[in-house]
Amino acid sequence: MNNKKTSFSFSSVPYILWIALFVIVPIALVVRYSFFDLSGHFTFNNYQSFFSSIYFKLTINSFWYAFLITFFSLVFAYPTAYFLTKTKHKQLWLLLIIIPSWINLLLKTYAFIGLFGLYGPINAFLKMIGIGEHQLLFTDFSFVFVAVYIFIPFMILPIFNSLDKLNPALIDAARDLGAGAWTTFRRVILPLTMNGVKSGIQVVFIPSLSLFMITRLIAGNKVMTLGTAIEQQFLVTQNWGMGSTIAVFLILFMFIIMWFTGQKEKGGTKR
Amino acid sequence: MKDIIRAAAIISIVSIILMLVNAKLNGSGNRSDTNSITVFNWGEYLDPALLKQFEQETNIKVIYETFDSNEAMMTKIEQGGTTYDIAVPSEYAIEKMKEADQLLPIDHKKLPNLQNIDPYFLDLPFDPHNEYSIPYFWGTLGIAFNPELLEGQTFESWEDLWNPTLQQEVVLVDSAREVIGMGLNTLGYSLNSTDKTELQEAVDKLATLSPNVKAIIGDEITQLMVNGEAAVALTWSGQAADMMADNESIDYVVPQEGSNLWFDNMVIPKTAANVDGAHAFINFMLDAEVAAQNADYVGYSTPNLAALAFMDPAVTGDERYYPDEEARDHLEVYKDLGLTMLGHYNELFLKFKMNLQ
Repeated sequence: MNNKKTSFSFSSVPYILWIALFVIVPIALVVRYSFFDLSGHFTFNNYQSFFSSIYFKLTINSFWYAFLITFFSLVFAYPTAYFLTKTKHKQLWLLLIIIPSWINLLLKTYAFIGLFGLYGPINAFLKMIGIGEHQLLFTDFSFVFVAVYIFIPFMILPIFNSLDKLNPALIDAARDLGAGAWTTFRRVILPLTMNGVKSGIQVVFIPSLSLFMITRLIAGNKVMTLGTAIEQQFLVTQNWGMGSTIAVFLILFMFIIMWFTGQKEKGGTKR
Repeated sequence: MKDIIRAAAIISIVSIILMLVNAKLNGSGNRSDTNSITVFNWGEYLDPALLKQFEQETNIKVIYETFDSNEAMMTKIEQGGTTYDIAVPSEYAIEKMKEADQLLPIDHKKLPNLQNIDPYFLDLPFDPHNEYSIPYFWGTLGIAFNPELLEGQTFESWEDLWNPTLQQEVVLVDSAREVIGMGLNTLGYSLNSTDKTELQEAVDKLATLSPNVKAIIGDEITQLMVNGEAAVALTWSGQAADMMADNESIDYVVPQEGSNLWFDNMVIPKTAANVDGAHAFINFMLDAEVAAQNADYVGYSTPNLAALAFMDPAVTGDERYYPDEEARDHLEVYKDLGLTMLGHYNELFLKFKMNLQ
């Protein structure tokens, strides 16, 4: 008994170390820096300037684009995940969807600069079918498109898992009891896969709030997010205090979102 | 309780080991070899053949390392792990390094070739009497454009960028001082303005440019211009030279109202282990023929007056790279504005970017 206990506590050391060194210490540092101004004096000014109009607008902007990205990811991911569960070689199809997420993010983004270019294949196609050339790069459409492309595997996976675990007998039962296709979906399938949807929203919404590289490469800085502002404060202005303050708010927003989309376990799952 | 003590012990042991390794690594970098120097330069900014020639002439071995931004370079020198004998910062970075006491004074007596440098490039505000720095290359900020895509339209003034025919055509560099500076120059103000009403006027002026702005990006500008994807860009002379090398129809102009004049300069950081070797290297690079060969290779403008004689007159006579005295009078060198002012510039730039359409 005693032996078992020590082996357990010893195996938790890497976890404790990891959490302390890479989660708690960095967050504490970010919070600490947010209270210092450029000349290293203690101040609340950073928080005051965060509530000025410009950062408020940035926050609204970030949330709006994060919402759009999450919304379109969900709209495309749910049916995709549903049909994946119906296919014969579903693991293979799933793998094909996951593989692009192994490629470096920057590399994928650069690929889109070529694809969306004035002389790129997409414009060539549009011209061929008679729609004509369009400026695709440096628009908010291309920004949302590329972000959705990058995040969609992370939305499909949890939804696929929860759909796959769904007992088909439940659907049959619903149909037997006279529910139509829509009612079955709304009253049976959707509630039972809600956890997958929630974790999908979490892993897409939170990173999209702080996207920054794509805003410059694809949107040409026509879309501004909090992530862009943090990058600037640290790298150009070298105002670590202000950068940290924005980061503190981002962390706060993320906790709030986690809270709302978190899975509240009450008395186990009813199956 | 026991677990916590154990965890704490492990953390402290790991930290001590890391500290020892760190000390060991730093120690091994401090060699006292007088017969070698470490040169820290921008990437693609020196003809490698010249390093060999220097080694043969002086018997001093050169260890060559490169960096890609002033900030990265300053951080490495501050850390002091490597004994850099030569570094090549831009002018505003020199002001910062001087303030941080990271530079050694340069002994002009050891640099007989200093007389080759055009006096115009000596004794500039960022380093009076060239106490700490010797000019290496210089250039300007201006407009690169592709007349083929613009029905032959040309540019002489910054105002030309506001032309309504350029709707969604102009690409800007993602850098606060350059873009705000353009606004200040258009209104005839100084690039180093710290007057908040002038800055506000400049930003208001820039706001009216927003219908013409296609994008604000970084180094990707070069590729967009070369591919004919963008027609007009705010860019540095060196970047414009890269574009023109790949696409002959592109042209570059420094607007008449004035613009930024920038310098990269050789300095001897405090970390230097071989100060005599560093002086020998600077003197070597100041040699007329060496500077000419280097300028041919790198493609930027050399401040070395004597070197011009050894270069292709088609290049040295090109007003775009070597503007005459009169044109240079309108050019201005950046001063270090201090972090607070730089923060204000960035705040304004952020606002400008947020109001783009």
